[in-house]
Amino acid sequence: MAPAVLIQNLKKCYGKVEAVKDVSFQIQPGEIFGLLGPNGAGKTTTLRCLCSLATPDEGRIEVSEVSVRDHPKAARQLLGYIAQEVALDKVLTGRELLQLQAALYHLPGKTIPQQIERVLDLLDLQSWADSKTGTYSGGIRKRLDLAAGLLHKPAVLVLDEPTVGLDIESRVVIWNFLRQLRDRGTTLLLTSHYLEEIDALADRVAIIDQGLVIAEGSPSDLKNQVGGDRVTLKIREFTPDQEAQQAQAMTTALPFVQDVIINPAQGNSLNMVVSNSGDALVNIQTALKEAGLPIFSIAQARPSLDDVYLAATGRTLLDAEMAAAGSRDLKKERKQNMR
Amino acid sequence: MTITSANPNQVAGSASQADLLTTPGIVSREFIQETLALTRRLFIQLQRRPTTLIAGIIQPLMWLVLFGALFKNVPAGLFGTSQSYGQFLSAGVIVFTAFSGALNAGLPVMFDREFGFLNRLLVAPLASRFSIVLASATFITTLSLIQTLAIMALSYGMGAGLPNALGLTIVALIVLLLVLGVTALSLGLSFALPGHIELIAVIFVTNLPLLFASTALVPLSFMPTWLQFVASLNPLSFAIEPIRYLYLHHDWSFTSVVMHAPWGQVNLGGSLVALFGFDAIALLGIQRLLYRRLS
Repeated sequence: MAPAVLIQNLKKCYGKVEAVKDVSFQIQPGEIFGLLGPNGAGKTTTLRCLCSLATPDEGRIEVSEVSVRDHPKAARQLLGYIAQEVALDKVLTGRELLQLQAALYHLPGKTIPQQIERVLDLLDLQSWADSKTGTYSGGIRKRLDLAAGLLHKPAVLVLDEPTVGLDIESRVVIWNFLRQLRDRGTTLLLTSHYLEEIDALADRVAIIDQGLVIAEGSPSDLKNQVGGDRVTLKIREFTPDQEAQQAQAMTTALPFVQDVIINPAQGNSLNMVVSNSGDALVNIQTALKEAGLPIFSIAQARPSLDDVYLAATGRTLLDAEMAAAGSRDLKKERKQNMR
Repeated sequence: MTITSANPNQVAGSASQADLLTTPGIVSREFIQETLALTRRLFIQLQRRPTTLIAGIIQPLMWLVLFGALFKNVPAGLFGTSQSYGQFLSAGVIVFTAFSGALNAGLPVMFDREFGFLNRLLVAPLASRFSIVLASATFITTLSLIQTLAIMALSYGMGAGLPNALGLTIVALIVLLLVLGVTALSLGLSFALPGHIELIAVIFVTNLPLLFASTALVPLSFMPTWLQFVASLNPLSFAIEPIRYLYLHHDWSFTSVVMHAPWGQVNLGGSLVALFGFDAIALLGIQRLLYRRLS
């Protein structure tokens, strides 16, 4: 089957900054595809190129085999784009915004009221439809934005950080809604820097970092590929360096343990990978007891997407976020996103 | 081995593909639909936030009353054939008001850019993005005509009289031509400049100097020669002088001389041609820019 979205060797620079260096992926019809990466990795730029808001320097982009570069209007008709920041006209009511959106997508005049009712019902917005959007809360704004994006029944819905800045309740509502959409046949592409969001929603994921795809696959495959379970061990709440090093040497010697590192950011806790054996925790506990070391806490977990990211880049997503936050020029990025 | 020529699915597939790629252009029902919807948005905004319109009507009326009073005691005949300064001034206020309104046309578009609302329009499969420009121009023109009517009504009440019926049509045409050209320039600026601060700065440095370097407040004959040259080349003067003439003369024709510039005489028809020329230059000037930004 032809892919719903095809992106091949996409490259996009803003001045000297290579926002996207080389990104390729394909999305199959009817799946939720996630783009995971820290802020500034090139996720938004990729989406902007797909939605013809930015012109790529190089690369091929197709939506249902329609080239975005050669037939931008046709491609736009196939896409629904939900930007990260909800831009509503606060003077208009929800219904009026939908009426505008319907005209911009050239829905036949007679069907417009009916289509508006459809999306209002879909997103449970009936009671808000005739209030000005300026009075909406964040969650309602996002729902109206989604309703607007779905009005023309796009084949592919593109969402940039769909739940950023939303409360937990609204987030769950949106997640459930996106799953329903997928189950009814819409293809979804979403970006996120929330691991749990991608984990909960995406059928397949591409992890991007500094403008490159560093891993691609289903979340469970990616996690299985990085190997065994993760164990986090704290000797004390705040372990002295010497004890931590002692425990590190000791656990490293165990045959089923690999890659023991000391994490000073977490009070010298020890992070390690254990091979998939059920009794790893018990064995570590016994070994520590024999060496006379106490245990403050010990936990075992299946590898997370963060571990996938860590294995590929050598840093956690959170660290990458922090590093990016320091070096980003938000004002400049805002300018880039302005047309 | 596959022979594709007899595959019915493929034929159906390529036909729907071709349908999909046929998109409407600027001469289409879709273009009208999107332009009307965008214009409707601007009028809903105006209806819910009428402050700008109210201010836009009060301001020129204050101009008329206050400026009119300022020069009330000048000797008769000083302002050419006008009977009073109020009568002289109303043409200037009509044109200046329309000009200021049009100059501000780019601001809402700039805010749409800054708030990301423009992206909503740009990701939509618009038949032509010219609909964004056309909607703004339609809105501003309507606004200017409403303001013009208010000014004319008040100055009539103050004894300035009115042009005759055909004259009124020409006044409307002149306002329309000026608004179109200036709106185009302002919209161009709203895409060329980085933000609303810069746009407001440009509006600020353009607005009053162009007013004072025109014949809105005083006749050419009051000015030193160098300023006469500037004022007689200012597009505002090409709108003010014919309107003023239409106010004073009901026996006008297109060959009536409306402005005695230091470089020659300008008749009514000539002013209209000049305004058409101004529009052509403005539209051509921004066309490349808009094309680059909007396609």
